[in-house]
Amino acid sequence: MSSVLYDVPGPRAIARNRILAVVTVAVVAAVVGFVVYRMAATGQFTADKWYVFTFTNVWMSIFKALGQTLGAFALAAVLSLALGFVLAIGRLSEHAWVRVPVTVLTELFRAVPVLVFMMLLYYGLPVLGVRMDPYWAVVLGLMVYNGSVLAEALRAGIESLPKGQREAGYAIGLRKSGVMAFILLPQAIRAMLPVIVAQLVVTLKDTALGFIITYPELLYYAKLLSSQQGRPILQSAFVIGAIYIAMCLILSGVAKWLEIRTRHSPKLKGYTPGADDDPRVHDGTVTEVIAMQRGGGKFDAGGVGPTL
Amino acid sequence: MNVIFGNLDLWGEAIGNTLLVFFVGGIIALVLGIIVGAMRVSPVPIARAVGTVYVNLIRNTPLTLVFFFFVFGYPQLGLPDLSNTVLGILAIGIYTATYVAEVLRAGISTVPVGQAEAARAIGLPFGQVMTLVILPQAFRTVVPPMMSVFIALLKNTTVAAGFSIAELAALRATINDAPDRPGNPMEVLLWVAVVFVVLVMVMSTIQRHLENKWRIVR
Repeated sequence: MSSVLYDVPGPRAIARNRILAVVTVAVVAAVVGFVVYRMAATGQFTADKWYVFTFTNVWMSIFKALGQTLGAFALAAVLSLALGFVLAIGRLSEHAWVRVPVTVLTELFRAVPVLVFMMLLYYGLPVLGVRMDPYWAVVLGLMVYNGSVLAEALRAGIESLPKGQREAGYAIGLRKSGVMAFILLPQAIRAMLPVIVAQLVVTLKDTALGFIITYPELLYYAKLLSSQQGRPILQSAFVIGAIYIAMCLILSGVAKWLEIRTRHSPKLKGYTPGADDDPRVHDGTVTEVIAMQRGGGKFDAGGVGPTL
Repeated sequence: MNVIFGNLDLWGEAIGNTLLVFFVGGIIALVLGIIVGAMRVSPVPIARAVGTVYVNLIRNTPLTLVFFFFVFGYPQLGLPDLSNTVLGILAIGIYTATYVAEVLRAGISTVPVGQAEAARAIGLPFGQVMTLVILPQAFRTVVPPMMSVFIALLKNTTVAAGFSIAELAALRATINDAPDRPGNPMEVLLWVAVVFVVLVMVMSTIQRHLENKWRIVR
């Protein structure tokens, strides 16, 4: 992508690049080598440390924990999408008595850290006499935060549509709800789909926060495992980490694929400024750039927001 | 109000620790992020590959897991002891660095191709193309999303609470586990939320201000 930044390298540049490549490899090898050396020196590769992973029971429990993680993620994703739509439409309302409270609410939800919100639900509510299951604390915490972030993304998508779309909708006799449902939202969703999926990746990652409020998901199980025979702390972190990374990579892959497909879709040419030759379009799911293009300079904590 | 004035010492310590994690973690993230961002646009394929792997790997790992590796995993390696706070700062710095790198890379690609081409046409070498033409323009577009990254970093410091680092989100446990401290969990957490809302609002105000000041009309 950045080949415009430099010429095709000549003999001197090639030599310099080779030296830089060697230096990079050396530094990376040194860091990785040191960690592996320390691991070997402290006996992390001995069979004893990996012993617990030979049990079927352990793997069954890992799958159960994975189910807990995915269960929280699935419900949180659906609920946050629903909340996102409600908040986005509320914020675009023509009535101030709807718009103002929804705006305040959205900004508030975005400003409070997800973990603090989960803690409020889990540790705070019992003070008022409401006991809340950790599962619901995780789901509601994720719903509120990601819902408000998605709302901002959808709003940016709707506001970036040409005014003519709305006017044409009214001209053919649709009501406000019809214009929103049949004209604006479908286009906004299509345009913001990569951002929405990228935010779902964040939701998935944030389910790991449930660990802190004792929701028995994957990471919680990793902690549990690390007190088993042989104390396999690093080992369980590696195994569980691999599962998380695999899940997130798959979802990120979907986001990237959607983005590439969206960029080449003829249906979107209408309002994607110079879709193909726009230098701002680049490969990778960088939501800021999308927000930048769609929202005309409205930068939302959104894409990078969460745990980030 | 008792929950604040009865525990003033704890609040001071907690806010101090949150800001410590935020600023030191932010500096680490910025330095590491600039290096990785530079690697990702460099002409050396291996450096690009290393940068890409680093960014993709860490971005797809939950922050809580990164903390897990540093706070629980590091002591297993038999290296010199580091306090949980130091390890937490390293974890959050390394995690946030990937977002800094991505913002920088995105910023560089927002500069129109013609700018780089023109700079090369008048014979500037790579170093000058970057420092005189691309980076000054990229910097302006980068500042607002960079502020978003730091707002997120501030909110992410709460994750440290799960790893016995005495910052704001850990305050609930500290106050409620002590027998004679005033305040119930709800009060403590609501005030913590208020502190975060205020801090985030201050940062978004700065962000808006900078955005208006440095906006480029193209």
